[in-house]
Amino acid sequence: MARAHKSPREFHQWLLIGLGILLAVLLLVVPLVLIFTEALGGGLRLLWQNLNQDYMLSAIRLTVLATVVTVPVNLVFGILLAWCVTRYDFVGRRLLVTLVEIPYATSPVVAGFCYLVVYGVEGFVGKHFYAHGIQLMFAWPGIVMVTVFVTAPYVARLLMPLMVKQGSEEEIAALSLGASGWQLFRHVTLPNIKWALLYGAVITNARAVGEFGAVAVVSGTIMNQTLTLPLLVEQLNNDYQTAAAFTAAALLACMALITLALKTTMEWRQQRREEAVLAEDGAA
Amino acid sequence: MNKSLSFFRSTPVLPGFGTSFGFSTLYISLVILLPVSALFIYVGGMSWSQYWLAITDARVVQSYKVTIGGAFWSTVIVTAIGFLLAWIVSRYDFPGRRLIDALVDLPFALPTSVAGITLSALFVPSGWLGRWFDAAGIKIAYAFPGIVVAMIFTSLPFVVRSLQPVLEDMEPELEEAATMLGASKWQTFWRVVLPTLVPALITGSSQAFIRSLGEFGAVIMMAGNIPFKTEVTSLMLFVRMEEYNYPAAAAIASVVLLASLLLLFLLHVVESRILHRT
Repeated sequence: MARAHKSPREFHQWLLIGLGILLAVLLLVVPLVLIFTEALGGGLRLLWQNLNQDYMLSAIRLTVLATVVTVPVNLVFGILLAWCVTRYDFVGRRLLVTLVEIPYATSPVVAGFCYLVVYGVEGFVGKHFYAHGIQLMFAWPGIVMVTVFVTAPYVARLLMPLMVKQGSEEEIAALSLGASGWQLFRHVTLPNIKWALLYGAVITNARAVGEFGAVAVVSGTIMNQTLTLPLLVEQLNNDYQTAAAFTAAALLACMALITLALKTTMEWRQQRREEAVLAEDGAA
Repeated sequence: MNKSLSFFRSTPVLPGFGTSFGFSTLYISLVILLPVSALFIYVGGMSWSQYWLAITDARVVQSYKVTIGGAFWSTVIVTAIGFLLAWIVSRYDFPGRRLIDALVDLPFALPTSVAGITLSALFVPSGWLGRWFDAAGIKIAYAFPGIVVAMIFTSLPFVVRSLQPVLEDMEPELEEAATMLGASKWQTFWRVVLPTLVPALITGSSQAFIRSLGEFGAVIMMAGNIPFKTEVTSLMLFVRMEEYNYPAAAAIASVVLLASLLLLFLLHVVESRILHRT
């Protein structure tokens, strides 16, 4: 049984809470306030002008493109990998689970550099593409590729523990009732994992939009062409265009806040569902 | 049935093994293994002396020290802060609890370059927080403490989110029993509460450490990047790349990659040891 939250009674408990709130405000709330203060500091008209700059619009387009490709690709991969390692037991199962964690532990700059080695103009795959006039690195395909790499583990890591916990009895029952593979997935598995899947999509989206290190390596930082929003923030900051930099930062901060709101809503939903299940079990 | 010789340890019942296994392994090979092993092949083409020279260059060695030092101090501090936040959020009811609980994930959702620009604006001597430190004569932004602050910010969620579930599932009866048997508050904390938290603490702080070693965006915008003083290793790799010195960049990348894979492996070993013991 989960513990109930007590009201603090004693002095030292209030002290701890006070210290915790102070730290949380300094570390988490003050930075957010600063971003929006700086972005709105020059008035709404300046904000609107900054948002309508060519470089801003092109950065938004590129960031959206990378995200729109990355999220579905990694959702499909996450589902298939989680299905494979939780529904069958085979030699090398644990190895697959470990390998998928590599992007999670790899420094993003190193990841970007690895891609440069393979797919760069002189790389052993990249040179064949280049011979056909396709440049992968220092162009948008490279940005999409490293974003896919960096966000590869999130969906799978969320789904695996959930699917282990749920077990495969329902699916086997459906199978014995004559369901096809697709029907099985569509009507039995998907409803069970849909919230985790949505959560995975939200997290993958946030990481894909915000990736910096890996994208910085393969982007070549060409204004209006290969700058994503996070790169634009840094570039504008280096050029002392602080107001414009904070405009881009505020856009990204809005995305982060929406992510947090979605995540919190989904967690509460999940909690209520679990409580409902517990209550049902208790009544039975 | 001869289990030891067959590929499957248990007979597959559900359909879709071919598709899911085929796609997953192909995807992992192309997206993850190919680029990572290409790096090692590339490095393999270098001579040993060339490699050794690249990774023991004085400026690079100094960057290892800065990175490891920054990651160490930030991990120590973030473990303390994360412990405190996880503790109050999961045990007490107070106004703003749910807000703090939700905001803890902000560093995870906020792009690191946004964290970098914001923290540096906060901690420059004229900034909202920097002026207090400036008055005390402490320089944070564009100096070593800036690196530590950036790493603390980006790794906070890892510590809190590892500790929180354990704290929430802890049976209140355990502490009550300790109190009834005559233990003081401190004794209960040190002998009953803390030992159950050790695995989660190890997981959380090692994740924070690994994350801090590789952190780039927030750190370079806070560090000032003065050679021999506040350059982190990720930045050295970037610098070598911009000098078109790809072999040196690859050598540094291989060191970082090996170190992080080793840490990941160690973490797995430690975790499974602890799990088996309890």
